[in-house]
Amino acid sequence: MAAQIKYADVEVGTELPAASFPVTRASLVQYAGASGDFNPIHWNEKFAKEVGLPDVIAHGMFTMAEAIRVVTDWVGDPGAVVEYGVRFTKPVVVPNDEQGGLIEVTAKVAAKLDDNRVRVDLTAMSAGQKVLGMSRAVVALA
Amino acid sequence: MALDQSFVGRSYPPTDPYEVGREKIREFAVAVGDANPVYTDPEAAKAYGHSDVIAPPTFVFAITFKAAGEVVQDPQLGLDYTRVVHGDQKFAYSRPVRAGDRLSVTSTIEAVKSLAGNDIIDVRGEVHDETGEHVVTAWTKLVSRAPEEA
Repeated sequence: MAAQIKYADVEVGTELPAASFPVTRASLVQYAGASGDFNPIHWNEKFAKEVGLPDVIAHGMFTMAEAIRVVTDWVGDPGAVVEYGVRFTKPVVVPNDEQGGLIEVTAKVAAKLDDNRVRVDLTAMSAGQKVLGMSRAVVALA
Repeated sequence: MALDQSFVGRSYPPTDPYEVGREKIREFAVAVGDANPVYTDPEAAKAYGHSDVIAPPTFVFAITFKAAGEVVQDPQLGLDYTRVVHGDQKFAYSRPVRAGDRLSVTSTIEAVKSLAGNDIIDVRGEVHDETGEHVVTAWTKLVSRAPEEA
């Protein structure tokens, strides 16, 4: 593992650079193909509404993949991520327009652990709602 | 519908190996819009000490979810798969997944319960490479939402 960030240089409360990730219907179709998850709630509006959803929603795993980019872009080597977990609290609704939805991610160091590891707590919002809860990563720093 | 509690603790035999390809990793990285060269350029990966390109942290879910799917879609379990949403997801890595890995998944059902009309199932997938080395463990919670009142 070759993290770019030194353990000695961070403290509890250190904020990682925040980022926003757009998500359109086209993103979801592309992600469905890449991941093999073709659940129609992620591309078929009629089906999504029939099962009680407000509209097509993003794959939870798409949101999870975007959120960790705040950590991997910070640390440089994605191989430095030792643990990563989330709770999918609210769906990311993706309207059928060119704008789609937006996932806004912030993160900060929540704890310094042994072996140069830190716990990073992430917050992911979309349309003013928290879409990930208990979103935490453990990262091995240099 | 109540789920079959006898499924708790059930383990399934390891899946046939899934060979991780460089181009599949690239396709995934492009789909999530992640331009980190460690996913696509073997030299960039080597600069970080990896023997080949590595996969984004959540890539392995495609493999573990397929393995879990064979379990949770078992009609005997009684899960309404058309109403399933993803509740929680967690990964613990011994090392990153990389191109050339031949990965197999051993799935275990950790919990089966019903809460407020929702059916909930927790599946753990242990991912090992061809040499038997542990790569990552994935924990997946699936929730089959209760039908709305008519």
